[in-house]
Amino acid sequence: MGINYLYPDFEVHRDKDKCINCRVCERQCANEVHAFDKELNRMIADDSKCVNCHRCVSLCPTHALKIVKTDHHFKENANWKGEVIQDIYRQAESGGVLLASMGTPKDYPVYWDKMLINASQVTNPSIDPLREPMETRTFLGQKSTKIKRDDQGRLITTTTPQLSLNIPIMFSAMSYGSISYNAHKSLAMAAQELGIFYNTGEGGLHEDFYQYGKNTIVQVASGRFGVHPGYLNAGAAIEIKMGQGAKPGIGGHLPGSKIGEDISKTRMIPEHADAISPAPHHDIYSIEDLRQLVFALKEATAYTKPIIVKVAAVHNISAIASGIARSGADIIAIDGFRGGTGAAPARTRDNVGIPIELALASVDSRLRQEGIRNNVSLVVGGSIRSSADVIKAIALGADAIYVATSALLALGCHLCRTCQNGKCNWGIATQKPELVKRLNPEVGSQRLVNLITAWEHEIKEMMGGMGINSIEALRGNRLMLRGIGLNETELQILGISHAGQ
Amino acid sequence: MEIHQKRMPLEGEERFSSGCAISGLFNKNGDRFSGRDAITSISVMHDRSNGLGGGFAGYGIYPEYKDFYAFHIFYYGNEAKRNCEEYLDEHFDLINLSKIPTQKHHNITDEPLIWRYFVTPLPTKLVNSQLDEKEYTARCVIHINTDIKGAYVFSSGKNMGVFKAVGYPEDVGEFYRLDDYKGYSWTVHGRYPTNTPGWWGGAHPFALLDYSVVHNGEISSYDANRRFIEMYGYNCTLQTDTEVITYMIDYLHRRQGLNFEEVAHVIAAPFWSTIGRKSEEEIAEYTYLRNTFASMLITGPFSIILGFNGGLMALNDRLKLRSLVAAEKGDMVYLASEEAAIRIIEPNPDRVWHPSGGKPVIVTLNK
Amino acid sequence: MKRVYVNEQWCLGCHLCEYYCAYANSGQESMVKALKDKTIRARIKVEEKDGISFAVNCRHCTEPLCVKSCIAGALTQKDGLIVIDQDKCVGCFSCIMACPYGALMPNEEGVMQKCELCTTNSHMLPVCVSGCPNKAIVFEER
Ligand code: SF4
Ligand code: SF4
Ligand code: SF4
Ligand code: SF4
Repeated sequence: MGINYLYPDFEVHRDKDKCINCRVCERQCANEVHAFDKELNRMIADDSKCVNCHRCVSLCPTHALKIVKTDHHFKENANWKGEVIQDIYRQAESGGVLLASMGTPKDYPVYWDKMLINASQVTNPSIDPLREPMETRTFLGQKSTKIKRDDQGRLITTTTPQLSLNIPIMFSAMSYGSISYNAHKSLAMAAQELGIFYNTGEGGLHEDFYQYGKNTIVQVASGRFGVHPGYLNAGAAIEIKMGQGAKPGIGGHLPGSKIGEDISKTRMIPEHADAISPAPHHDIYSIEDLRQLVFALKEATAYTKPIIVKVAAVHNISAIASGIARSGADIIAIDGFRGGTGAAPARTRDNVGIPIELALASVDSRLRQEGIRNNVSLVVGGSIRSSADVIKAIALGADAIYVATSALLALGCHLCRTCQNGKCNWGIATQKPELVKRLNPEVGSQRLVNLITAWEHEIKEMMGGMGINSIEALRGNRLMLRGIGLNETELQILGISHAGQ
Repeated sequence: MEIHQKRMPLEGEERFSSGCAISGLFNKNGDRFSGRDAITSISVMHDRSNGLGGGFAGYGIYPEYKDFYAFHIFYYGNEAKRNCEEYLDEHFDLINLSKIPTQKHHNITDEPLIWRYFVTPLPTKLVNSQLDEKEYTARCVIHINTDIKGAYVFSSGKNMGVFKAVGYPEDVGEFYRLDDYKGYSWTVHGRYPTNTPGWWGGAHPFALLDYSVVHNGEISSYDANRRFIEMYGYNCTLQTDTEVITYMIDYLHRRQGLNFEEVAHVIAAPFWSTIGRKSEEEIAEYTYLRNTFASMLITGPFSIILGFNGGLMALNDRLKLRSLVAAEKGDMVYLASEEAAIRIIEPNPDRVWHPSGGKPVIVTLNK
Repeated sequence: MKRVYVNEQWCLGCHLCEYYCAYANSGQESMVKALKDKTIRARIKVEEKDGISFAVNCRHCTEPLCVKSCIAGALTQKDGLIVIDQDKCVGCFSCIMACPYGALMPNEEGVMQKCELCTTNSHMLPVCVSGCPNKAIVFEER
């Protein structure tokens, strides 16, 4: 073993008075932390293997367990913090890039939490969603710029293809491979029940899931995994993935260990070979190339599907979005830098990109300045954590939002951020059959439906409070927001006043 | 920040809310009558105003100049007048100009200079602009109101005119001597702002070209509507509901070519559940309108009376959160926030009804 | 009649059902008190082989072999439910031999016990089902 520089991050605390030796924890921990010691006639634990996923904690029938952050620490140093030192030990040991997963845990400002929502008092009435209709239906797609009439003067009502959502929330891209079959199935089933959409991510579409096509967005990424005409036509919309919030400038990476028979078939690549997407699309080096791909996909689907272009929120996002809006794309999806990932280089995840709130505000404003906001719909994601975040995003100008981390949490994820290891104890970010099995899609989809339905209730409640009874009247309605503790520049970018103003 | 302490902000510097009274009178036959009835009608609803703004719009009042745009302009100071007239000279043929006749009234004070111009676009400028006449005129009006300090065009239609001031509407009517004008259609507004901006331009009706809007309510969709309509060359300088509503109607009716019925289906769109019960063709049409012009849906309480050349449209929000009564007697159609405001001028209407939320009442001149 | 059915596809072999059952039928208020340092005697049993597992309890058969085999009349069918009158049980093990599912077993005193769908304890609804983390057993009408 030599010298072990890394002390375990967590300690497994078992209350011996409560433990009944049922060994459920032992059976459920894929990291083999727990074991039963016959001689001692009690459970023991190897803290060093624990990733703090809480599977054992959640299943222990007597609440005998808790996982505690170790209080072992380095000598206080505000500059050389413990995690910084540990990272250096890790790299000195491995010589490799540090890998991480899920969204950045760093303490960046969360602008959602610095905006407050309005409500009606006296001069205009609030509306009670239990007694009056409260509408959340949303259409995504290009809107016609000029109405047309037929020879009898009737409005011609055909439009470019649109997505119709019962509520402006969608599950964002997570590939089959990065997450399990059962996780995918849960998302698909829930999307169908909710009248919204889930997104295949870049790993193709398993043949079992073609039946959910009406509620599916199929993704085309730089690796083109699993892309064929049948796939393109299977979904309700096609998303071109140019970038991802958690790792702008980097392509997806699925290690060969996760690529079993099923995934290799779906992705159309050999079994056990690493699936590494190129960083850029090699047929898109510039905006006019994007236009070609947009139209190639429209041709391939006979102009029946809206095309989404997904980009990571980076510094000049408004100029990029303006370019995309003119590329023929129907919908722009912007992913903020706090967004999740199945695996990304830690340094990229923690340092590249900008927060979605600022990106959204500046893109929406820019598209309006240019008079083209109605030519595209705007979908944003990258850590939308609650119905309040949804309201704020829509008031800033989004047409709809994407959730991924929130959806995974609903499925049981405890944000232990070790997806890259492929041993997810919750059956989500894993391909091991015995672990995948832990997520029964019937249970999973119900939990997703519950979550979105709960948010829907809350959204309606808050809309009613603002005296708004249809979501389109909230969209871009920045007067409904006030900043709290924000400086002039931040307020100006967000296009809102400060609380009290 | 400092402004806050020195004086109250003016209309347009901040957004104010207000409750109001509105009334509309229309003769389907095109017979013209003086502004007196409108004054009488609004005076009944005195308590719905608080003396901080009132105004009228009359249609058919300038038959001798019916082919020219009638600009009514407030000037705060002679310099504003000079600058504005210079601009007008560069862009229009001035057919006639004069002070608008007024009569001193003890309740109406601090009046600006109030001028009237009958104009028509300079042909060469118009051709060069590659715009149609109305768009050209509208852009000039928006330019003056946004960029010429101290000048404010508050009426710009043909054969119609807006008269407004800070004060109770009945006093405003006397001030402008509305007995002397005859129109086939009048709308009137009494204002109850919750704040005291006290700027004449902020009174209602709000008008652009021949559209004029009087409105009672406070819309919750304001900023969604404003940010959307501003994409199309409008500038909501007053930050009032009436202004944004007028611009949206102008955009939808004049620029998109929707008829007034369709306009109503956009701004006070039926609920999806209501749409779902309609015929397939109607579903397609309503859905198309709601989807295409989603950001022009108005939510929150409002009742408006829209005046346009040859007609009136009254419209309530979808939930009918503001009162609106309609009545008919012979060729006359009456619309008002309160029935009493109708009965005072027509005690025995043939029919009185309460238009339901989102359903427009549209009246036009008999052919 | 509602019965407990198995979806072995989703069974994780975690054995929680057994512990909840043992607890439910212990009459104790706390699980710790009921099960600490005890060998549990659950009325549901998880069978495991080659990575497949499922939990079996009494099927409440429409033609119950156990009832037929009981020499003391301790087992009866009541509205479809197979119940045992432990006072009558003489501990002959005939039912154990007869039941093809192994759903009966002796308690600490050698008297037979079996699943009565939690109708005879204070829980009213099968706790094995509510305690299962993955809906691998369900309580429903089929
Ligand atoms: S890794 Fe998860 S299941 Fe295992 S001991 Fe740690 S928290 Fe428990
Ligand atoms: S699950 Fe809880 S009670 Fe069971 S062995 Fe583990 S710690 Fe003990
Ligand atoms: S509790 Fe459920 S998953 Fe666990 S062993 Fe029993 S039936 Fe299987
Ligand atoms: S229903 Fe009750 S008694 Fe029967 S096996 Fe389940 S927990 Fe035990």
